[in-house]
Amino acid sequence: MDNAPQEDLELKALSQALHQLYDPVLEEPLPGRLRARRQRWRAPAIAAGWVILGLCAGTIAGWQLHASRPASAPQAEVPGFVKRAAVAHATYSPEVRHPVEVGADQEQHLVAWLSKRLGAPVRAPKLEAVGYSLVGGRLLPGDNGPVAHFMYQTAQGRRITLYVRTEAAENRETAFRFAAEGNVKVFYWIDRKLGYALSSADLSRDDLLSVADAVYRQLNP
Amino acid sequence: MDDAESIVELIPRLRRYARALAGDRAAADDLVQDTLERAWAKLHLYRRGTDLRAWLFTVMHNVYVNQLRAARPGVQLDEEMPELSQPARETDALELRDLDLAIGRLPPEQREVLLLVVLEDMSYEEAAGTLGIPIGTVMSRLARAREKLRTMLSGLPPGGKQLKIVR
Repeated sequence: MDNAPQEDLELKALSQALHQLYDPVLEEPLPGRLRARRQRWRAPAIAAGWVILGLCAGTIAGWQLHASRPASAPQAEVPGFVKRAAVAHATYSPEVRHPVEVGADQEQHLVAWLSKRLGAPVRAPKLEAVGYSLVGGRLLPGDNGPVAHFMYQTAQGRRITLYVRTEAAENRETAFRFAAEGNVKVFYWIDRKLGYALSSADLSRDDLLSVADAVYRQLNP
Repeated sequence: MDDAESIVELIPRLRRYARALAGDRAAADDLVQDTLERAWAKLHLYRRGTDLRAWLFTVMHNVYVNQLRAARPGVQLDEEMPELSQPARETDALELRDLDLAIGRLPPEQREVLLLVVLEDMSYEEAAGTLGIPIGTVMSRLARAREKLRTMLSGLPPGGKQLKIVR
């Protein structure tokens, strides 16, 4: 390669221009989907460290929808099932007398029934470790067939719901993604045959993320 | 600091490279996300004491190549990209957005080399290791990338005019 002084100068100018162009990315707050680790944990210590890091990694930034260049890939839309999950949460979580169809006292029956209707093995994760116990669940109509809907609550009656549906395309996995529908916050992901959406109306995004982590770990021991 | 923390620290660097590589923000962050997922899954393959950044860039390179293959099956990565349809600009000032556009029009394998060497400041050897190609290939791709940029940005023969930067 020719190392004439002019070449060096030109490379330097190019380098400066590239840094001017792309260095601002270094300062952008990380979108949530890049902070949420989705792979199975190698060790619990790493998992805990990750969650803490995730919480500390920076201020929660709005994911601004603008592209620095005309987009070659469309911005991912919030899937329809996530909206349905948020609506189901808003509908059933305030319910006092009939929050669920089948209560946690019949958990085995509930899980067997929902698994049969969905045509896939569904499980109700145990979330006592993060302060939530199972209230029960119900069957819901979805855009892709029947949906399992589990409700959990804290000792203070604060509720979260887990919406589980079968996925048309198998063997797909995605990271946690975040959406807000009205006042309902949702973390959703796809894990092979099933799509999940975890909803809350009163948890912070980061608190909801740590519950989502717990759900994922329970389902992928 | 353990490997997981080190990876987190390197996410902004991965994003910068991905933005330059993939162009728009959504596609770039998709690339980073897929890279991170793969990196977490393959972390046991990373040899401690070696350069974690280079390892992550290698993971991103593999993800990127797979994405390109999926998007354009059967297309040779080395094929020529279309040149800018605009005629040469009558200005000797290199405008940044033109550069951004021109970078996006480089063949992907030239773009990678250019960015690793010029933006990420890797040596030819590091870039070769990261991309799994010989050093000679790094040098020739870099030369071709610069040649193409010159053509696209100035329309002038190589070496005919120096790039100037304006903000």
